[in-house]
Amino acid sequence: MVAYVLRRLAFLGLTIIITSLVIFIVTQMLPGDVARVVLGREAGDEALAAFREAHGLNDPLPVQYTRWLANFVMGEWGTSLSTRSEIYPLVMERLKNSLLLTGITMLIAAPLATVLGVLAGLHEDKPTDSAISIASLAVVGLPEFVTGLILIQIFSRWLGWLPPNSLIESGATFAEKWPMLILPAMTATLVLLAYIIRLTRAGVIEELGRPYVRTATLKGLPRHTVIMKHVLRNALLPTITVIAISFGWLISGLIVIENVFNYPGLGRLLTFAIDRRDLPLIQAVAMVTVVGFGLANLIADLLYAWLNPRIRLSY
Amino acid sequence: MLNIQGLSVAYEQNGVLLPAVRDFSLSLAKGQTYGLVGESGSGKTTVAMAILGYLRGEGRITGGRIEFEGRNLLTLPQSERIKVLGKSIALVPQDPMSSLNPSMRVGAQIAEGLRYQLALPKEQATRRTLELLELVRVPDPSRVARSYPHEISGGMQQRALIAMALGVEPELIILDEPTTSLDVTTQAAVLDLLRSLIHDKNTAALYITHNLGVVAQLCDRVAVLYASELVEDGETQALFQNPLHPYTKGLLDSVPRLGQNKSGYELPAIPGRIPALTERPPGCCVFAPRCPVAIERCFSERPILESAMGDGQIRCHRWPEIASGEISHAVKETFAPVKARTSTMGEGDVLDIQGLRVEYLVSRSITDAITNAILGRPTRTVKAVDEVNLSIRPGHTLGLVGESGSGKTTLARTIVGLVERTDGVVTMTGLPLPSRLSERDINTLRQIQFIFQNPEEALNPYLTIGETLQRPFITIGGKSRAEAREGARRMLEAVGLPVDYLGRLPGRLSGGEKQRIAIARAFATNPDLLIVDEPVSSLDVSVQAAVLNLMERLQTENGSAMLFISHDLAVVGYLADRIAVMYAGQIVEICSAETLSEFPHHPYTEALLHAVPGIAPQPLGQTIRLQGDVPSQIDVPSGCRFHPRCPRFLGQVCVDVMPPHQQMEDGNWIACHIPPKELQQAQERSYRGGGVE
Amino acid sequence: MRAINVSSVLRELYARRTTALGTTIFLLFLFVAMFAPLFAPYGLNEQIYSDARQAPSTAHWFGTDQLGRDVFSRVLLGAKDILTLAGLGTALAVASGTLFGLAAGYWGGTFDEILMRIFDGLLAIPALLLALLLLGTLGASRNSILIVIVLLYTPIVARVVRSVVLGVRSKGFVEAARLQGEPTGRILFREILPSVVPTLTVEAALRFSYAIFLVASLGFLGVGVQPPSPNWGLMVNEARPHVSQLPWTMYYPAGAIAIVVIGVNLMADGIKRIVRT
Repeated sequence: MVAYVLRRLAFLGLTIIITSLVIFIVTQMLPGDVARVVLGREAGDEALAAFREAHGLNDPLPVQYTRWLANFVMGEWGTSLSTRSEIYPLVMERLKNSLLLTGITMLIAAPLATVLGVLAGLHEDKPTDSAISIASLAVVGLPEFVTGLILIQIFSRWLGWLPPNSLIESGATFAEKWPMLILPAMTATLVLLAYIIRLTRAGVIEELGRPYVRTATLKGLPRHTVIMKHVLRNALLPTITVIAISFGWLISGLIVIENVFNYPGLGRLLTFAIDRRDLPLIQAVAMVTVVGFGLANLIADLLYAWLNPRIRLSY
Repeated sequence: MLNIQGLSVAYEQNGVLLPAVRDFSLSLAKGQTYGLVGESGSGKTTVAMAILGYLRGEGRITGGRIEFEGRNLLTLPQSERIKVLGKSIALVPQDPMSSLNPSMRVGAQIAEGLRYQLALPKEQATRRTLELLELVRVPDPSRVARSYPHEISGGMQQRALIAMALGVEPELIILDEPTTSLDVTTQAAVLDLLRSLIHDKNTAALYITHNLGVVAQLCDRVAVLYASELVEDGETQALFQNPLHPYTKGLLDSVPRLGQNKSGYELPAIPGRIPALTERPPGCCVFAPRCPVAIERCFSERPILESAMGDGQIRCHRWPEIASGEISHAVKETFAPVKARTSTMGEGDVLDIQGLRVEYLVSRSITDAITNAILGRPTRTVKAVDEVNLSIRPGHTLGLVGESGSGKTTLARTIVGLVERTDGVVTMTGLPLPSRLSERDINTLRQIQFIFQNPEEALNPYLTIGETLQRPFITIGGKSRAEAREGARRMLEAVGLPVDYLGRLPGRLSGGEKQRIAIARAFATNPDLLIVDEPVSSLDVSVQAAVLNLMERLQTENGSAMLFISHDLAVVGYLADRIAVMYAGQIVEICSAETLSEFPHHPYTEALLHAVPGIAPQPLGQTIRLQGDVPSQIDVPSGCRFHPRCPRFLGQVCVDVMPPHQQMEDGNWIACHIPPKELQQAQERSYRGGGVE
Repeated sequence: MRAINVSSVLRELYARRTTALGTTIFLLFLFVAMFAPLFAPYGLNEQIYSDARQAPSTAHWFGTDQLGRDVFSRVLLGAKDILTLAGLGTALAVASGTLFGLAAGYWGGTFDEILMRIFDGLLAIPALLLALLLLGTLGASRNSILIVIVLLYTPIVARVVRSVVLGVRSKGFVEAARLQGEPTGRILFREILPSVVPTLTVEAALRFSYAIFLVASLGFLGVGVQPPSPNWGLMVNEARPHVSQLPWTMYYPAGAIAIVVIGVNLMADGIKRIVRT
């Protein structure tokens, strides 16, 4: 197991290095001169040159990359070009908001989707399955903004129960926050549900067809024992991975959802930063997101390995 | 006790019911062992699943009754049926690995049935589990009980499943090809176990298999199924000695037995193929198209199951004539007479291998390399082939025998260039043979051809047979399109298939036909050396002989040499001139095919000889059985690699010292520390009677 | 797995109710995308000042927006934009993913390892994040969106293709071709590729539905497209400030996105069922 953990860590490290490289290259290629953006139109050539020298912008790109990565690891993320404030606390606050939304969504979506997926899988091609599958097929491809706008229409415009905007002030208490969390969380849940349901269903159907299920059935065990003790134990293992992958899916979704609801999370911050061409802020948000996604995958992989004797005992 | 009357099962396909079992009857008494023999598609497994009520989704029972102790299982309500199944009828399935729950400990899986069926409390169930594992001769029961299925070998998994089946003390045990996925030596040990268990417990057993040798050894009675029909049924001894149905006769004759060789015996082969489910019309004898004694009546009237010869049953119009000896129902495949081409090759060897080693890293990924570096672990290498010397003479056949993991397939793939060698010198007709495929010129490619184990994968499913057969003429022969077309047609005729197959896709061909095409493709380049890896092991028994004969005939016509690889000593003994026995990456013995049934042999070869489940009476003396498994190719044993399992283990010398190659007559040699004379005495004693000291 | 043939696939798609519905929806939108300019009552940016801010009526089926543009015409004309962008992007991504996947799977070794680690890296960046970063760099244009789709989906397609190739490469018929000296090009495209096609078809259908989704989302976020581009997502975004007075300006483009995505999803599901049986 130690070897497995190390292997996954090595893999994560490698992935983060490659992604950081991608992020660095892409953001370096952003049009516009950083010095000009920071110092403004009136700045003279000398001032620009001095700025570039001071910030190492004249160094070769590999040097700049290493310095940037090292600074990121040390938590020195610099100041935002547009808000002139420290990036680190800003990103961390937004990260907290995004994680709150993610957490609520996962808490609802993961168990609900698993149960529905298992139900659909156990009743393959029967009415229960058709109902669940068609419903999830219909929802799975709807862009988050469409789902979000429909929910706003229903719950705030027609019913007037919930606010259409989720402009949470920093320092708001949970009691103040929660009505504003419901709609974004619901939107994210709907999007995730469909995705997890489909994969869980497929897993259950696949396991049901395996010979060991026949062995268990022919022992004379009642069907519910066969399902609970044998089928689900194996069918639900991949669901862990599915949920981790859907986490990455959710991050993409949150960028849109936060914009629909004006929710002050990382996604909103990202679109804001891109609008302003705020290079250090873009880089910081992108890196935090990628590291978060990588960690989620790592945790899922380790959990999967730990629960799966075939992997746990082979390393 | 079990009484099946007129059972019919059909599978629904696109709204049409295709009969998989027709009008099947069988009755099994307490304590009786009944063999159910048939090829794939004969319906034998369907019968078993019908008894167990576990037919595949589209399968349904269309008629008949299955009575178990007086109760019709088919009309029993599901809840009652489950009770009967768990307690009175147990299954030992075909594929042990996937039949065990991968994420549950083996012991828990055995105990589960005990606790549920016998209402044993937890501790008692655990104790009983260990007893059961002991009973099925598992070396370390408590370790196996604690293991997950993937941690134990296939043989141990099957023993666990047998323990599971026996645990509830069932009255009937159904064994569905329980040894098919196991190695020869493991199969022999499991069969021994089953024989003694069935005998001791006096449990009734229904043994389903395609292997006639296994039935001969294990069963009191045999039923033979062919294409959904029960064709013959009787006492094992009587049926094997005097089969009445032409199919049974053909099946028995077409399997080579130990000691038979092509030089003195021509293998009779049943022509044609097993009809698919859709090609089985009801109003005729299903075997008629392949039958040597079929008459017009056989095509127009379905024979009924009649009593014949004692208490046997037979479904054949002509059985009275066969029984009285008026006609012979022995089958012979008819081919144009072989015109042997004189070999144009010189005296030297076609292929000569010296000191061949093949090793590769277990994993080559970057992340693994990093992990190993951090943990300070050495990168592990697989030693697939180690210090192998071999040579093949022109026109000769060298048989290569070994179990899975012996390295025989790697050796073959190294010669053809699909695997690169680590060390060693290989020469082909006197010229050095490059290791990499990309460095071999077109003539070298022409010289060596390969026939693959699995005909299902040997042909591109998206290319017509014609295109597949034309390619060698174009790429290697440099022929024009028209010449290639002509060549393809010629090859198709050479392997005995009709010309209209040229336009077909492989999906419409049977396994045997696909293998014929693969053979045609290999011979199209007129190769000097043909490498053949288990060419018939995935084919049905009744078509194997025809494919072997075809290969042998083409080989003689072309004057090609052949390296024939198999795990089946009898088949290799039949087809080869000389035999090499491989164990854990090394050749342990080379002998001529004629001396295969004589001693001395390497102790491993001896064990293989003892492990072949023959139709003929078995060795009289003490049977040699191997313990344990073929060692992993990563941690090979020191000294003689066979020492941990060797039944004739001498002592420390076997552990420390690599055995010398002891030369014997005819250029035979063995790699063993025991002097051949001593080996000969001991082996003859245990084979012919007298026991080992 | 068996050969794919358009007419037989269509017949099988129509054998199931849900997939028939999806296919019909898709074909309908395809028809609109191709011929909308012939029958759309008004131009894309044609402003009928007299009719501004009208609710749906017989004159303007989907109503008009604050600038007096006919929403029905805009939705019809928008079909071409989203379907061509998504379709072309998917086709290019499938083509490049297939090439990479074939090469990586067939040659293996260090080349495969490096390529896969790079693809892992790309896939470790949430899709929309990467899309936004790239669009920021490339600037807003239809070509940028195409590049984004290709960059996002090439790794995914390549991995799918590679996994099939790994399975096929070790099969006898491919090894036989190598042993008989077939040129590499023929092995890749004639021996291996046909076995990849069924899986590739399923993946392409799936990618297409995600591409529609992506193009619409980018339009909604206002990146990658410049007004007055006929992007449904952008139309929704532009309609948001007026949604309480002119809700139809948002409903119809949003509805169009929803229907086409559901349709393509149902069809993709149908294709998957056909290929897997």
